[in-house]
Amino acid sequence: MYFDVIAKIVSERTGCDVADVKPESKFADLGIDSLDTVELIMNLEDEIDMEIELDQKIETVDELDKFIQSKQG
Amino acid sequence: MSENRRVVVTGIGAITPLGNNVAETWEGMKNGKNGIGPITLFDTEKFKAKLGAEVKGFDPQEYLEINEVLRTDRYAQFAVAAAQQAVEESGVQGSVEPERFGVIFGTGIGGISTFEVEHTKLMERGPRRVSPLFVPMMIGNMAAGMIAIKHDCRNSAIPAVTACASGSNAIGEALRLVRHGYADAVITGGSEAAIVPSAIAGFVNMQALSVSENPDEASLPFDKRRGGFVIGEGAVAFILEEYEHAKARGAKIYGEVCGYGSTCDAYHVTAPHPEARGAAQAMLEAMREAGYTESDVVYVNAHGTGTPMNDVIETEAIKKALGVEKAKESYVSSTKSMTGHMLGGAGAIEALACIFALNEGVIPPTINLNEQDEECDLNCVPNTAVEADITLALSNSLGFGGHNACIAFRKV
Repeated sequence: MYFDVIAKIVSERTGCDVADVKPESKFADLGIDSLDTVELIMNLEDEIDMEIELDQKIETVDELDKFIQSKQG
Repeated sequence: MSENRRVVVTGIGAITPLGNNVAETWEGMKNGKNGIGPITLFDTEKFKAKLGAEVKGFDPQEYLEINEVLRTDRYAQFAVAAAQQAVEESGVQGSVEPERFGVIFGTGIGGISTFEVEHTKLMERGPRRVSPLFVPMMIGNMAAGMIAIKHDCRNSAIPAVTACASGSNAIGEALRLVRHGYADAVITGGSEAAIVPSAIAGFVNMQALSVSENPDEASLPFDKRRGGFVIGEGAVAFILEEYEHAKARGAKIYGEVCGYGSTCDAYHVTAPHPEARGAAQAMLEAMREAGYTESDVVYVNAHGTGTPMNDVIETEAIKKALGVEKAKESYVSSTKSMTGHMLGGAGAIEALACIFALNEGVIPPTINLNEQDEECDLNCVPNTAVEADITLALSNSLGFGGHNACIAFRKV
């Protein structure tokens, strides 16, 4: 589960309350555009100490969470 | 479009070493406040130059959302902030069609701190760690682009990048846009945030910077002891508006931008022409457009960097343009003695000085001018402001590349 760390980074980058970030939240609705997504992934890599090669379209927080879990094998 | 319309200033904004608004900036200048101090933005231990005129206590979140702050270089943050102050004060928003509202904003180098940070990541952590925001944050047109987005300016939105003349070239080009009918209002000015290790190292090795550690003995325009400029940072923005448009909506009018000279020495990359060829020509052109006559009481806000060569050559330029006698009876001061050299923001803060000098009849001083150089034998307004009912103010800016810009201002 990476939900908490993703929510924390989203909150830092957008100024929104952590509690407002839900698993089903879309990044676009949170004010995170495609450029921000790449930055967010970089922040995430530092937090979880793992390289993330995003090779599919991710729209929601839960999708990103599941994607990272799948890559962890 | 063969019009020749009058152009006035209807709003000003400022984020400067003297204060983060217009009132504090001008009060500081009038009172001879020194904005120079030890550089705090990075550790200068290994650097010969220790001083800078930094912007203090600036909170970008007063002007931008946090997500915007994270994707905006400091130079563009200053620009957006100053522009917002100017737009709000002017009340121009909504009174001019977006298609008739432009932006011309100067910067010398753009997002150099972003460049350093991302280049360090490239060297230390490899290409996949370079931010996707690197390019949009770094490029020198982004201040103009962001200001246009904020205020829905759909006319020309372009930067002026002529080194230390950028701010003045921006104002001059904005003047031409409005004067000749291409736009009805333009947000203009200049911004810089280049107090970063690579820039300081380059300027030091060029021997352009003062290496003094005493803030009152560092930026010394026209003084025999001068040994280079002190780097400054910040932004100043103006609303330039067509006069009839401004009058019709009852806008507060600060003054008229009535002349612009833009020339190039076509001589050397950094050294000014030894006979001040281009600088004098820029002044003459601005004076001609402003309808200069010998009865004018003139204030020249000099480029006055405090480098050994600039101040002598500029003295020559002023004498060539005004004639020796008139040059000596005119007021000439360098506000860089207080603000440091804000590079791409210099012409903008110096335009502010000219506009307020005209409005209040007060000439801001050249502070710490205690041993005036005989080769700079003009009335350099040492240390304390003087009252004078000037009728014409000229702002000189000279940049690497041989760029010379002079802007002329009058009261309305």
